Amino acid sequence: MQPCFLAATDLACRRGDRVLFRAVSFALGPGAALHLAGPNGVGKSSLIRIVAGLLRPFAGAVERTGGLALADERLALDAGLPLSKALGFWTRFDASAEADHAIRVLGLADLLDVPVRYLSTGQRKRAVLARTVASGAPVWLLDEPLNGLDTASGAAVEALVAAHCTGGGIALIASHQPFALSGLERLELAQFVPEFV
Amino acid sequence: MNRLALLLRRDLGHLLRGGQGRGGATLPLLFFLSVAMLFPFAVGSDAQLLARTGAGVIWVAALLAAILPLDRLVEPDIESGFFDQWALRGMAEEAVLAVRILAHWLSFGPPLMLAALPAAALLGLDGAQLRAVELGLLAGTPGLAAIGVTIAALTAGLRSGAALGGLLTIPLAVPLLIFGAGSLRPGGENGLALLAAASLAALAIAPFAGGAAIRALRE
Repeated sequence: MQPCFLAATDLACRRGDRVLFRAVSFALGPGAALHLAGPNGVGKSSLIRIVAGLLRPFAGAVERTGGLALADERLALDAGLPLSKALGFWTRFDASAEADHAIRVLGLADLLDVPVRYLSTGQRKRAVLARTVASGAPVWLLDEPLNGLDTASGAAVEALVAAHCTGGGIALIASHQPFALSGLERLELAQFVPEFV
Repeated sequence: MNRLALLLRRDLGHLLRGGQGRGGATLPLLFFLSVAMLFPFAVGSDAQLLARTGAGVIWVAALLAAILPLDRLVEPDIESGFFDQWALRGMAEEAVLAVRILAHWLSFGPPLMLAALPAAALLGLDGAQLRAVELGLLAGTPGLAAIGVTIAALTAGLRSGAALGGLLTIPLAVPLLIFGAGSLRPGGENGLALLAAASLAALAIAPFAGGAAIRALRE
C-alpha cells in the first residue's frame, strides 16, 4: 500500500445561509479509521465531499497524500450494462487487480451478468463498495456504507474495512449507524455545529 | 489501456447504443431523413425550387438533428456520480468533455454525412451542390458537437434542461448555419473557410466552458 495521510484543519462548511459545522480538525495516519457520527443533515456528507475535494470548504484546509476512493449514494456504474462490465470499466480505468477479491468478498459473483439497473438497493450498495475496494486507493471515504445492507453484508463490509486498515490504509466513515471496527475513533459532528447567539 | 481511449470507448458505446428508453445514434439520423423526405411534400415537386432551397434544408435538418441527443450527453453522468469519480482520480472535466465532443461528433457527424446522400437525391441536388454540402457538414458538424456538449453541461441539473438546451443551442449554432448555407452559393469557398473557423472556435471554447459549468454545479 502506498504511503497515505489525511488531515483536516479547522474545516467549516456553509450551505446557503447556514454554517453546518466549524472548527473540525482531525489527522489520520496509515491504518487509522474515523467514524463521522451525527444525525441526518448535520453535514456528514458535506464533510466527506470537502475531504474528497469536490466541495470547497468555507474555511480550513484538507491535507492528503495517497489516492482517494469515494463510495456515496451515487452509483457511478452504467445502469444499462451488466455488473461485470460496469465494474470492469473502473477496473481498467484504475488498472487495478483487486476487483476479483472485492467481488467475492461482497458476494457479487452471482450477479455479474445482471444489468445494474435491476440490482436491489443492497446489491447496488455492495457494487459501489466493490468499485471502491477495487480502486486500490489507500484512502477510503465511505458515506453511509451500511445503508440498505443486511447483517451478513454489513459484517463483510466491516471486515473489508478492517483488512484495509490493517494493511495500512485509511478509512473515513460517515454513518448514523454503529460501525464495528477495532480502533475506530469517533467524531460527533453535532458538537461542531455553531451555537446561535 | 490509456484512460482517454477507455473514456472514448465508453462514450461511443453509450451514444451509439443509446440508454434505456432513449434511441441511440439512429434517432437523429431518422429525424434528418424525415425532414429531407417531408420537405418536397410540403413545398411541391418543383425541381428548380427544390434544387435552390434543398441544400439549406439539409443544413437546418442537420442542426436540429444535432439537438436531439443533448439530454443524454452530460446529465446522466453527473447524476450517477461519474464526474465526481473522475475528479477524484485527477481526471480534469475538460479532458472528459473533449473526449465526449469527439464521441458525440463520431456518433452523428459521419452518419449525417452518409444520410446526406439519400437526402440530396430526395431534394434533387446536383453533384456540385452535394459536394458543397458534404464539405460543409465535414467542417460544421464538429462545431455543432462542441456547442451541443457545452450546452448539455450548462443545462445539466436544471429542471426541463433538455428543452432549455435545445433553445440555447439554436442561437449559438446560427453562425454555423449562416456560413454553412452561405458556402453553398457559387463561389462559396469563403463561407466554407468561415464555417471551419467558427467550428474551430466552438471546439476551442467548449471543453473549458463545459468544465467550469460542471464544477459550478457541485457547489
